Amino acid sequence: MNAVLEQVFQVGFLAAIIRIATPLAFATLGEMFSERAGVLNLGIEGIMLLSAMTGFTTASLTGSLWLGILAAIITGALMGALHAVLTVALGLSQHVCGIGVTLFGSGLAYFFYRLVFGQQSVPPSIEGFKPVPIPILSDIPVIGPPIFNQFTLVYLAILAIPISAFLLYRTPWGLSLRMVGENPRAADSAGVSVIGMRFQAVMLGGALMGVAGAFLTMAQFNAFTFGVISGRGWVAIALVVFGRWDPWRSAGAALLFAFVDALQLRLQAAGLGHIPYEIFLMLPFVLTIVAMALMSRNAVAPSALLKPFRREER
Amino acid sequence: MNNGSKGKAMLNGGLSRRAVLELGVLGLAVTALPRGAMAEDKKLKVAAVFATPIEEPWDHQVHVALQQAQKELGIDYKWSEKVQTADFGRVMREYAQGGYDLLMGDAFAAERESRRTAKQFPKVAFLFGSGAGPAEPNFGVFDNWIHEPAYLSGMIAGKMSKSGTIGAVAAMGIPEVNRLVNAFFAGAREVNKDIKRKVSFIGSFFDPPKAKEAALAQIDAGVDVIYAERFGVIEAAQQKGIYAISNMSDQSSLAPETVITGPVWNMFPTVEQAVKLVRAGVFTAQDYGDFSRMAKGGSSLAPYHKFEQILPAEVKDMVEKRKTEIMDGIFRVDVDENTPSSD
Repeated sequence: MNAVLEQVFQVGFLAAIIRIATPLAFATLGEMFSERAGVLNLGIEGIMLLSAMTGFTTASLTGSLWLGILAAIITGALMGALHAVLTVALGLSQHVCGIGVTLFGSGLAYFFYRLVFGQQSVPPSIEGFKPVPIPILSDIPVIGPPIFNQFTLVYLAILAIPISAFLLYRTPWGLSLRMVGENPRAADSAGVSVIGMRFQAVMLGGALMGVAGAFLTMAQFNAFTFGVISGRGWVAIALVVFGRWDPWRSAGAALLFAFVDALQLRLQAAGLGHIPYEIFLMLPFVLTIVAMALMSRNAVAPSALLKPFRREER
Repeated sequence: MNNGSKGKAMLNGGLSRRAVLELGVLGLAVTALPRGAMAEDKKLKVAAVFATPIEEPWDHQVHVALQQAQKELGIDYKWSEKVQTADFGRVMREYAQGGYDLLMGDAFAAERESRRTAKQFPKVAFLFGSGAGPAEPNFGVFDNWIHEPAYLSGMIAGKMSKSGTIGAVAAMGIPEVNRLVNAFFAGAREVNKDIKRKVSFIGSFFDPPKAKEAALAQIDAGVDVIYAERFGVIEAAQQKGIYAISNMSDQSSLAPETVITGPVWNMFPTVEQAVKLVRAGVFTAQDYGDFSRMAKGGSSLAPYHKFEQILPAEVKDMVEKRKTEIMDGIFRVDVDENTPSSD
């Protein structure tokens, strides 16, 4: 057992947790903003895939990784706007439209990929982001190298957590956002544009989802392949509930999921006898569900979640 | 305009019941003609139905072979990709009704449906990738029987590993994957019986970021030659400066300093055989898997490229010798489809 522990708990393990958590954190924060304003965004999986593609393609064509990230952000925000037009402006079912946005985004991603790259034997690749060590901090023993020798996007993810919390809880904008998610009628009486706030929240959320997708094809990996998101968007939706619609808790949930995912990959390689590999693959999902059941039982969703706002209606 | 109205008039009034009957009989007679007799007149029409996008390495090799056949054998080739299981039978039927002579593709996810569809079109030849057997009268099967070069790759991995630990990152524990990974390890075991094996499954066909993380975890555990059954693994090997073995196609271009070689699947011999049989009108339901073996040219070891210089001569000689024995049928690589696990 000691040998197994030694094999598992290494510098590489901590670094892997952070890497796996980063796209989940971006996506979870994105979904959180959207839901806090009262809009469930099931388009997340498709938004992430399309942004992963546009980001990668832009970087591949222009040679600039940051232009790629910008493209992913714009793609995410536009797809968010599409979802908002359907669910906020038109007040259609958030479930149905979300699935529609996912299908649309996935199809579009694949279509444009074929258009740009044609048929390839091996996926076309780019020089992705390289880890950037932060001076001094990266020399701290044990936690220095895994946390402070990462991609710039990882640092941005870490920064995004307090910034999101600040925006949500300490600014008038955040107050309005929470209001339209809890009691849109009151917000409307107070002169807050419910439609406008919801649009902003869903588009900001989409932009964050876009960065999450681009991280997968430009930093963690350096190529776009079909299905590269592989359900990470759906995981983020669960993590928002697990995180009780709070930035800190949501990021914590992403970290826990990543911890178990990194752990199971290491346990698979550790040689624990003939345990079926499916058990390992299942671990992050099972533990997230268990943790969610235990810790988020009395979590309360934003009251106006899933409810379209129509001014003249009671 | 004029022509159109004339044609319409003929259809309405000019065509007697008798003429229709005669036409029908003529049609039957034409379809009953042996296909060989018509081969000169029209191009053989081949269609492929793929369950995944053609980027998926398995389907990709089938697609590439059919494109080659389009050029070299003069067939007419059409394809549909990413066909969901629920749609599989419908798409197959559309091609079968559209006058296609040979239908190919991957039936793994739709084994029953594709067999049922094939039965409805006894005059059309069906040749599908499958984990099951052929079905009379017209449903032949094939698969990626490339365990022989996988074994040879394992021998190289076993010789090139300094740490004595080699790994494999694969999609999931299905027979098509297991037999390659097991053959790879068996080859390594032959040259180094103490070698330690690490296996990780990522649980999907497309998730390079996860495959890369799985590979990085293995490298942390001491793996220094890794078999990249899926995309994503070679990048991890390149990043950490260890060797990799590719899969399905020659992937040296991804990382020339990293990829030593790897099993390559060439579907062309299978396609060529099927086209030949359909043209001669003698296509039968059978297992065409043998045409994926090394002796038939259906699989091979990828060229060494840069490793031509790096691989020690004794390793190359050893592999060459074993290769000749496999080609001559003297050495048989065992097929082991049990799910492998880490040591």
